[in-house]
Parts: sequence; structure tokens; C-alpha cells
Amino acid sequence: MRTYIEHMAKQTLDQKLAILSDAAKYDASCASSGSTKRDSRDGKGLGSNTGSGICHAYAPDGRCISLLKILMTNFCIYDCSYCINRVSSNVARARFSVDEVVKLTIEFYRRNYIEGLFLSSGVIRSPDATMSDMVQIARKLRHEENFRGYIHLKTIPDAAPELIAEAGLLADRLSINVELPTDDAVRQYAPEKKPDQIRKAMADVRLRKDAGKDRSFTGKRPPRFAPAGQSTQMIIGADGSNDATVLGQSTRLYSSYKLKRVYYSAFSPIPDSSSKLPLIRPPLQREHRLYQADWLLRFYDFQLDEITSVTQDGNLDLEVDPKLAWALVHRAVFPLDVNRASREMLLRVPGFGVKTVERILATRRHRSLRYEDLLRMGALMKKAQPFIEAGGWSPGNLTDSANLRARFAPPPVQLDLF
Amino acid sequence: MQRATIPAIGAAKAWRAAARGFLAANIAPEDILWGDHSAAPDLFATEAPPSARGAVTVPRSFLALAESVAWHSDPQRFARLYAFLWRVKDAPHLMSDRADPDLARLRQMEKGVRRCQHKMTAFVRFREIGAPDAPRRSFAAWFEPTHHTVEPTADFFVRRFGDMDWRILTPDVSAIFENGALSFHEGHAKPDLPDDAGEQLWITYFRNIFNPARLMVRAMQSEMPKKYWKNMPEAAAIPDLIAQAPARARAMAAAAPTLPPARMAQVQAQLAGCQSAWNGPTEALPAAIAACTRCPLHRNATQAVPGEGPRDAALMIVGEQPGDMEDLGGRPFIGPAGQMFDTIAARAGLQREAAYLTNAVKHFKFAPRGKQRLHQRPNGSEIEHCRWWLDAEIAQVKPKLVVAMGATAAQSLTGNGAAILSRRGQIEESRSGVPVLITLHPSYLLRLTDAAAQERAKAQFQADLAQAVAITASGSTASSGGANIAAPPS
Repeated sequence: MRTYIEHMAKQTLDQKLAILSDAAKYDASCASSGSTKRDSRDGKGLGSNTGSGICHAYAPDGRCISLLKILMTNFCIYDCSYCINRVSSNVARARFSVDEVVKLTIEFYRRNYIEGLFLSSGVIRSPDATMSDMVQIARKLRHEENFRGYIHLKTIPDAAPELIAEAGLLADRLSINVELPTDDAVRQYAPEKKPDQIRKAMADVRLRKDAGKDRSFTGKRPPRFAPAGQSTQMIIGADGSNDATVLGQSTRLYSSYKLKRVYYSAFSPIPDSSSKLPLIRPPLQREHRLYQADWLLRFYDFQLDEITSVTQDGNLDLEVDPKLAWALVHRAVFPLDVNRASREMLLRVPGFGVKTVERILATRRHRSLRYEDLLRMGALMKKAQPFIEAGGWSPGNLTDSANLRARFAPPPVQLDLF
Repeated sequence: MQRATIPAIGAAKAWRAAARGFLAANIAPEDILWGDHSAAPDLFATEAPPSARGAVTVPRSFLALAESVAWHSDPQRFARLYAFLWRVKDAPHLMSDRADPDLARLRQMEKGVRRCQHKMTAFVRFREIGAPDAPRRSFAAWFEPTHHTVEPTADFFVRRFGDMDWRILTPDVSAIFENGALSFHEGHAKPDLPDDAGEQLWITYFRNIFNPARLMVRAMQSEMPKKYWKNMPEAAAIPDLIAQAPARARAMAAAAPTLPPARMAQVQAQLAGCQSAWNGPTEALPAAIAACTRCPLHRNATQAVPGEGPRDAALMIVGEQPGDMEDLGGRPFIGPAGQMFDTIAARAGLQREAAYLTNAVKHFKFAPRGKQRLHQRPNGSEIEHCRWWLDAEIAQVKPKLVVAMGATAAQSLTGNGAAILSRRGQIEESRSGVPVLITLHPSYLLRLTDAAAQERAKAQFQADLAQAVAITASGSTASSGGANIAAPPS
């Protein structure tokens, strides 16, 4: 019988790439935005960063492909039930060398396939040994290849602080996954992971990032630490947490560690899955609603309890979006006159985005707004109609009509028996 | 009738020059025939717009708009721009009227051009046309843009691919970048580019990053319209991936769980030997505090913050609870209030390293507000639950004197948290019989906005700390009420 090592040596780069990109697809993040602006106009390096991300392709799952998202290896000594790479799984295993990852990144980048690298890894030998190899890849890209594109490193929980310190100076973004919405769920499904240590590592990244902003007394700025910030991911639907718990956890993470993003990943069946977890269709609609609620919390001045108190069980309404759900139970404040209402109230109108509201405010300084004006400003009037008044438009009884919800909710479907 | 023919290369600049001339000569939009390189010459029009005389001022935002719209594929783009310019020159506020139909139309065109530019930066695919080991490598791409976007987008590629030669060939305009110099040329027929070694790897990546359990074809197509597919090597795999997805998802669900591989036990033994810097404290009391779940505060905090200092310190200082920084750093008194404490303690002759510093409550209590955490006062029950740990710290350190800073500390130590301002500077007895000097909390000093009141409070706080130093040095614990002596006249 061949040993694992012999087997590994026979794998081609193409085979390894197949295994290690398949293993990486459960990480939702693919953002490449928000970092420092830089370019290679000087001809001495490769790559640029414009500050906003670019999606170079889309897979048929609708997800953007912006970065080369791979695992350094999918060998892992942890046994997290939800993970395809857990030690107890029988998936095919592979491991990239440092140079292979560097070469793939550079060659893909030169052909304009990607914005950069998102490197994650299973834990081999020890957390420190794994993280040290990942840092070496980033170091080679930056210092030997003069790569100025985007690098996102998924830090290994438990890796030594000095490795995180170096990772933050090389990478644009660092992330550590909290994995599940509650500590109890983590203990149950990822027994080797320690939620309190994950939090401490996130706190450490925030402190280092804050320290990177202070000028010294000579006015010098230290090198920027993870300029695109840190992010995390939570798996939705693997444990029994409701949406109020999930969003409560996100609010806490945003406020405590100044995260750029919390990613929600609907638990998806994996090949060779553990018997501990439900084999269900991934709750994609729930994931979508969570992102919408997350947006309302961050950019629309909604408070957590306003969003989650709309339903009885603390879960978001799957049929209508969370802003519409809020508006439907708070009809007393509507209809709003778009020519008078305040910014914060306009932000509460279903169908009005932040940009639309800014346009309304800018234009109504010069003249009063009519219904057609709103259409041209990009408002979704089908949604907004019952909740606003404008020149030439009044919703009349529509706002309080009993069947208002039915206008928006999808029509009832007969139960699918098979 | 005037006529202006705008060339394909340098269109934005040419339009701007022509428009400036017409505007200066006060020629109305209806008297101008705008044409691009493809338009047939009009027999009745006169060529050559008048050259510009005098300055013409228009809103800066209009210039930015024109800079984009000039690259749109609409043959009417130049005329539309000039017509709106004609209106905006007398009414600059029109630029901020997003609902004006003319402006809305131009903004829509601008959006179309921007989107086309963005898709070009995303979907151009290079193939290597030079030797892979050449000192300066060389790549070429064939691309078919919707609008005339090669010229305005070329700078993106210059900044990104500075260390290689590249050319983007299109039926419209081609961009060539060689040895650091960019040039534009006329359109091109589709070239026969050589096969590329990287392309197969890219297709492999595309096939494997796709999750068949999450098929969402519409979401893909809205962002990656089919018109781009023919020049993207990975797109050929899409129909196949879509067709197989349901069967693959079903197979995953149907597969029975397997037994763990034989090497599992051996591999996991490795993990047991790993030490991590993030492991909590090992000493008995701090470790027990770190693991505390006596009250709900542990759920939202990063970590419990135990006391810090010599285990035989004569002086123990007790604050309220860890703040934002203490919660992140895991050490007491390192945030703004801690810095205030350090400054005043130094003035009072109190050595921070010689004292044992801790808090009445070990977890940070806060309310999240966006990217901030708002401090919240611990309630009676939380203070009471955490007293267990404070008492344990006192029993271990056996200080001669405990300084209670603020109401929470006083409450925890003496059972009475009322009226700190009238009690400060005096010595009371803790529930376990240790002398307790009551003083203000440094964060109270930070909250005072009136400068004079703040100075007065600082002096009081300093006097109290000096008194604590004197007591621990002499061994006497008799209350002298001496704090008031140091207070400046108000």
C-alpha cells in the first residue's frame, strides 16, 4: 500500500488545485475592497489596489470570484463536524508547497483572473507551524515577487502573536472565523476550538490595528496593520440559534473588534459529512435576510431589537425583507411626505436606499419632488408607494389596507411532497 | 449649421474643446451637427468649430460627467451633452437635480459607461505571447466592450501591470503597453492568440470553487452577462456545472457517513501537545476568574480581567470594571481612565508596580452601538456575584489598605455604594474587616467638562492616593480626614 507521502508526491499541480480549491469554497468572503491604494506604475512590481474590489468571474452559485481562494493544505488535526476537512473525514487530501501557492497567485494575477490571494489552511503539525508557512507565502509574494495586489490571510486560531503581527503587516485583511453563533455551539461542533481564544485573537488584531494609526512623537506613522481590516464568518443553520442570537453576536463583534464584515454562510451539505449535522438544503433565503438585516444595522440606524421584535420567534421574516417587515408593523408612522421627512425617517422607507435618500435631500433644496422624480432617482416605487406621499401621489387607504402584506409576499405554494 | 466630428481616439478631450468653442461663440445646440468617426459627412454643414475665446465656467461635476458620457456607444452622446451644457451654463444648480430628465438620461449613460469599464477591468483575459522566462513578459487579450471604454480604462491596466508588456485588442480601439509606454491604435480583427499554460489551471479552479448545493444561475448572469462569456475561458465550463449540480447535491445528501480514517487518533495526539500563547492564565485564582460564568456578563465580554500586581502588596486599588481597552488587552487600568490614574498616582508618589490593581467586577458590561461599546454600570446582582472574586483576591494578597475608587468598588467592599462625593477621603471598614479608603473613580475626572471642577477633583483624588501611600508606609490606618486639607480653595 502506498503511503500518504508517496501519494502526495504524485499529485500534479492541477490535481492539488482541484482538491484545495474545492476545500476552500465554504468560506463566503471574497472581498478585495477597502485597502490602501497602490500601483505598479513604476514598473518594479506587479499589481495594484484601487480601494474598491473587482469580481473577475462569477460561479453558477452566484458567488463572486475575486481572489484565488485556496487552502494551503486540507490536512487538519481538528475535528469540526461542519467542516469538510475535519480529521475524521475521508476526503482526498493535498498540500501545496510555498512556491506553488506563490506561482499560482502570480500567474493567475498576470492573466487578470484575480485581485489577489485568499489563503486559508487546515492545521498541520501545530497552529504555529501552519501559520508560519502561511506568513512565508505572504512574505515571498510581497518581498520577492514585489506583489502589490490583495492578500487576505485566514489566521489560524491559537497561532503565536508574533506570527499574527507579521501577517498583519504583509496582508491587507486578516480574518478569524467565530464559526457558530454561540459559544455552546462551538463547543459542541468544534470541540478543539476555544471561543474565548478566538475572541482574544480578534481583540489582539484590533489593538494592533489601532496602534498602527497612532503617529509617533516624531510624526512618523508606523506601517499599517491589516489596512482592509478584519472579518469573520458564522455558519447559519447548523445549530439551533435563531436570527436574534445571530445578529446579537454580530452587533457584539462589530462593536468590540471593529470588524469590517461578518459573513453569514448557510450551512451547506458537504461530501462525506458528519452524522452530527442535518443534511438539508442550505437555508439560502435566511442567509440573504441576515445580510439585509446586517446592512440595516450598520447603515440605516436600525437597532437590533427593532429588527428582531417584528416576529414572535426572533427569526427574520423569510417572505419579505426586514425593512419592509418593520414598516408593515409600524404603519402608524407612514405615509411620509418625501418633501418634509427627516433623513433618518426617509431611510426607513422600504425601497429607498442610502443613495436615493441623499438624492432626495439634495434635490428638494431647490424644488419639491413629484412621484416621477423619485422613479428617476432610483427608488423602488413598487415597494415605496404605500409608505410615502409626493407631488401627484398619495397612497390613500393603501397604507392601512389589510392585504398590504400580500402585495409583497410571494404567493402561497403547495407543499412539495417529494 | 455647424458641424463637429469627434475622432475615436481622444474623444472626450476633442468634445470638450469643441464644446468650449461653441459655447464661447454662443452657438445653440440646434445649430450644431455632432458626429463621431463613423458618421457620414453632412453636405450642408460647415466644418471646424470656432476656436475658444475667453473663459467658460461650468460646474466641475459636469466635466466629470462628460468625461464618462463621451465614451458611450449612443451616436447622440455628444449632442446630448452639449444640449445639457447649454442649459446648465445659466443654471448650475441643475447638476444637483437628480430628477431632471436630461440629467437623469446622462447619468444613466454615465452609469452604463462606468459599468462597462468595470466589467472590462474584470473580464479581460490575457494570454502569454512571449517567453515565460523573458525578463519582461508579454501578454495579449481580445475583448469586445459595449461602449468605447478601452481608452478611459487603459490607465487601470497601466497601474496594475507595470512590470510586463501587454496589449488589449478590440474591434473598436486597441491599447498597447510596451516598455512602460502606452499607445492607442485603431480597432483590430480577432487575432489568433496562442494557447496559454495558465488557462487550464484557471478552469480547474473555476470548476472546483463552485458549490453545487447553492446553484443560483440568475445571480451569476446578472453580474456576468452572457455577452462576455465568449472571451472568457472558464465560461465554457458553466453549462456542464449547472447540468451536474442537482445530481451532485443529491449524491452528497445520500452518501452515508463514513468511519474516521485510521490515522485520526495519532493526528489528534499531536494537537494535545501544542501550547498556545492564547491559553488563559495557569495560576489557580486567575484561571478560575477567567473561567467564571457566575453572571451573564461573561457572554458578551472578550475575557475576564483579573487583578495585577505583587501577591503581597500592602496596597490594593479597586476600580469599577474593565473598560473597552482592558477587555481587549486583558489587563486592568490600561484605557483612558487607567492613564488618568497613572498620571495622578505618579504625582501622589504612588508606585503602580508596588500596588495590586483590580476591579470590583471582572467582565466588561457594555451596550453595542455601531462600532462603539457604551459602558454600562454593573447592577447590584452583578457586583454581588463578582464579590466572590474580589474577596478571594483580598484573602490572597492580604493588603494593609484597600482603596475603593468609585461607587461600585465601595458598594462591593463595604456594602454601601451611596454618596461617594461626601464619603471620599475617609476610611471605612470592609465587610471582612480590612480598612477601605473611599475615593473618586478616575473616569469621573474624565467626564467632568468644567475645567475648574476637573482640577478640583484631580486634587482631591491625588490627596486621597497620597493618603493611601502614607498609611501603607507608616502602618497606621487611623482616619485623619486629611484629604480635605489638600483641596484647593474653591
